[in-house]
Amino acid sequence: MQWESVIGLEVHLQLATQSKIFSGSSTAFGAEPNTQASAVDLAMPGMLPVLNEQAVRFAVKFGLGIGASIGKRSVFDRKNYFYPDLPKGYQISQFDAPIVGRGTFEILLEDGSARSIGITRAHLEEDAGKSLHEDFHGQTGIDLNRAGTPLLEIVSDPDIRNAAEAVSYLKALHSLVTYLGISDGNMAEGSMRCDVNISLRPLGCETLGTRAEIKNVNSFRFVDKAIRYEIERQTAILEDGGTVAQETRLYDADRDETRPMRSKEIANDYRYFPEPDLLPVVIDDAYIEAIRNTLPELPADKRHRFHTQYGLNTYDANILSATRALADYFEAVAADCGDAKIAANWVQVELLGQLNRDAHAIDNCPVSAAQLGGLIRRILDHSISGKMAKQVFEAMWQGEGSADAIIDARGFKQVSDSGALETIVDQVINTNAAQAQQYRDADETKRKKLVGFFVGQVMQLSKGQANPQMVNDLLAKKLV
Amino acid sequence: MHTKSVAQLMQGLRERQFSSVEVTRAYLHRIAALDSQYNSFITVDEAAALAAAAIADKRLAAGDGAALTGIPIAHKDIFCTDGMRTSCGSRMLDNFIPPYDATVIQRFNAAGAVLLGKTNMDEFAMGSSTESSFYGPTRNPWNTDLVPGGSSGGSAAAVAGRLAPAATGTDTGGSIRQPAAFCGITGLKPTYGRVSRLGMVAFASSLDQAGPMAHSAEDCALLLNTMAGHDPLDSTSSTMATADYCASLGDSLAGLRIGLPREYFSAGLDAATGACIGSALQELEAQGATLVEVSLPHSDLTIPTYYIIAPAEASTNLSRFDGVRYGYRCDNPTDLHDLYTRTRQEGFGDEVKRRILVGTYALSAGYYDAYYKKAQQIRRLIKQDFMDCFEQVDIIAGPTTPGPAFALGAKANDPIAMYLEDVYTLAVNLAGLPGMSIPAGFVDNKPVGLQLIGRHFDETRLLNVAHRFQQATDWHLRTPDSAQGGQQ
Repeated sequence: MQWESVIGLEVHLQLATQSKIFSGSSTAFGAEPNTQASAVDLAMPGMLPVLNEQAVRFAVKFGLGIGASIGKRSVFDRKNYFYPDLPKGYQISQFDAPIVGRGTFEILLEDGSARSIGITRAHLEEDAGKSLHEDFHGQTGIDLNRAGTPLLEIVSDPDIRNAAEAVSYLKALHSLVTYLGISDGNMAEGSMRCDVNISLRPLGCETLGTRAEIKNVNSFRFVDKAIRYEIERQTAILEDGGTVAQETRLYDADRDETRPMRSKEIANDYRYFPEPDLLPVVIDDAYIEAIRNTLPELPADKRHRFHTQYGLNTYDANILSATRALADYFEAVAADCGDAKIAANWVQVELLGQLNRDAHAIDNCPVSAAQLGGLIRRILDHSISGKMAKQVFEAMWQGEGSADAIIDARGFKQVSDSGALETIVDQVINTNAAQAQQYRDADETKRKKLVGFFVGQVMQLSKGQANPQMVNDLLAKKLV
Repeated sequence: MHTKSVAQLMQGLRERQFSSVEVTRAYLHRIAALDSQYNSFITVDEAAALAAAAIADKRLAAGDGAALTGIPIAHKDIFCTDGMRTSCGSRMLDNFIPPYDATVIQRFNAAGAVLLGKTNMDEFAMGSSTESSFYGPTRNPWNTDLVPGGSSGGSAAAVAGRLAPAATGTDTGGSIRQPAAFCGITGLKPTYGRVSRLGMVAFASSLDQAGPMAHSAEDCALLLNTMAGHDPLDSTSSTMATADYCASLGDSLAGLRIGLPREYFSAGLDAATGACIGSALQELEAQGATLVEVSLPHSDLTIPTYYIIAPAEASTNLSRFDGVRYGYRCDNPTDLHDLYTRTRQEGFGDEVKRRILVGTYALSAGYYDAYYKKAQQIRRLIKQDFMDCFEQVDIIAGPTTPGPAFALGAKANDPIAMYLEDVYTLAVNLAGLPGMSIPAGFVDNKPVGLQLIGRHFDETRLLNVAHRFQQATDWHLRTPDSAQGGQQ
């Protein structure tokens, strides 16, 4: 039987606020354990939460970014369960009145086509601390630095059909939230964590199968692998005539498998009820409009514009709009050199290639957009060949200055002076009279092969600086 | 010294008739001499109190005194005090020394008050008799075989026994007003949100409110002036401007309309207590007030509604006491589950466990709509009853409790009988209104309290009515026999 997988993702996004959602403690990553935990974060007796307005602002930004309705009156609720890294014994979250309602956003598939994925809701909540099991000799250490970090939980509709789409969705989400400046989206530091809900059903069937929830899948690669594994696992069960258990599973990256969580790790009844220590969050239209006015151009809009304004294909437009910094860089290069297509090519191939090799982010790229634009201008005015340009780029990457400075310093100037070139061409023809005769006797097809020899000779004599197009033209004229 | 009101002590300190150290020492002496009868204090730090008094004297000498500079105040052991144990009457917090002050404590400190000690209370403020304290029951100074009421029974007994000129309490369902009534003192539960809850160990967040307990309305007004006000760290604290609560104490009662809810004068009310309340109301009438019969039709739903909402909130507020970060932890836990269960089993008393169980049940999946949600709907109806009454009258008056103080142990094993004690006080918390209890007479040498209920944020009016009543009566000035002696 043909099976269709039905996948929904819940993403926990850490919001890039300076302080925690309900206390004044810093949210900076990587501090010594428990140095960023105040009396509120420790749930000391009598301590009370105070809502960080920046978290609300960021959530609204996200909502506007996916065209969602914003909850005019959203309510915080307590989600009750006991765990040592949950100091209050409840997590302050939102249950039936979330701040962000239904929205959609567009993802781009591998084949270049776009798909719209529904967002069920997004709500604000606080993160828990961390339980540390190593280094404590059979005991558990608790680090509450993360406790109270604001999270936006983004719940997708079950619109995703396979692992590749799930990864595209996450990449698009990552792109959106970094554009909005509401999260650093750093999956390695846990700024974006993903739970996967997945079920299978016979292709064409409308009803949903029983789903498994895979918790804490925390990189694009693991999402891909966990889904592939889970589809195989569930397919095998169903093909055998079995039934999939509705359960929560953990993805174990070391073994590349999912396995059920112990039932003790799952609380069944969270006893949600409205948090009496906080007032409902009331948001008016003026507040929403003020935030709307601060929204940047979003990735999908930018992608469409790159396509229409610069004539880039969807694939290129998608890559160049993936982050705001890269898109800004590309547009600066294009504006500087005046040729967007060549700019796109250079940014994508040479620049991104080097960045990947050196593991640099675009924000601390050693070559500025103006430098790269200057280099491309020299290609466009035939001062240097494409081959030379790559050497110039290498030198630039090493910090040797502007394209013009490097071209001068290395004597890379392309010879485009027809007089000088004619002298060299004549010299080559004269010293290779036999080959010249062979050329003259040959038909058109053979001549095309033979001309390469002369071009090579001219290049050698000119130390590679002859303008190849002009050499070809001169040879064609003089050899006959 | 110990019979002086806060107002008189303030005047004496200002005029240098005596020093704060002298006043503080006198009260500390009385506590040492007399509190074995009452067990009203859990913690007294004499050295710290005298040091604070010495600082207050310097401020006074420098002409730098603030509102309450040099006045010793006892605080219910529910308010966190920086560096001083805050037990909340529980074994769970017997070893807990907060590294911070509650906002209420900060405000008293800023006003120059001297922290005399921390008073006994029902465990986590759950109770109406101060019998559920880990530190043993507090006894009523009017008759030490009787309970002082609760949960702020330690504060009430300390003030009644003249071991402190004034004290703080908290009131979630009557915990200031009922012990004030039982101990013959004056207690005010302000409007919900008038006084910050920060640093007050939470029982039921949507009902808890701190307030003053003293001999007179005037003293309560002086304390409220210090306690009231917005706290940006308590999201539920009101931004509404506070008043000078002393400014209108003497206003005439002519034209005042007092509502008497017929449901508060029905079969459950002890006849002798009812008679005291009747006489008190006549006094107010004599001063020009009009008595109007009103109705609070949903009164019979008050107790069930309260005993869903308060335990529900308490069940999750008390989840933080898990033995992980502070407070009691069981010995040698074998695993996490064992740590949780034994810590909570051993750290909490029976009444606390009972309410956690009730509240957990009420919030459970499948029961939430039938219990918690329904209770919240009825809560709105109860509040609306009061709003409707306040269309016709300025304040509401009635008995604080159905009868006077009962014997120690009489209701300790009958939770329902204990819950019925609060039948007249609970609705005020559910509606978020300000309420007072003032001494209104005696039944068999047991004090009776008159309850006054006001509109939201109309503490001024309550204090005004109470003060005028106290100008014409002396119930609030009586001192129990057990408080005799203790002089240096």
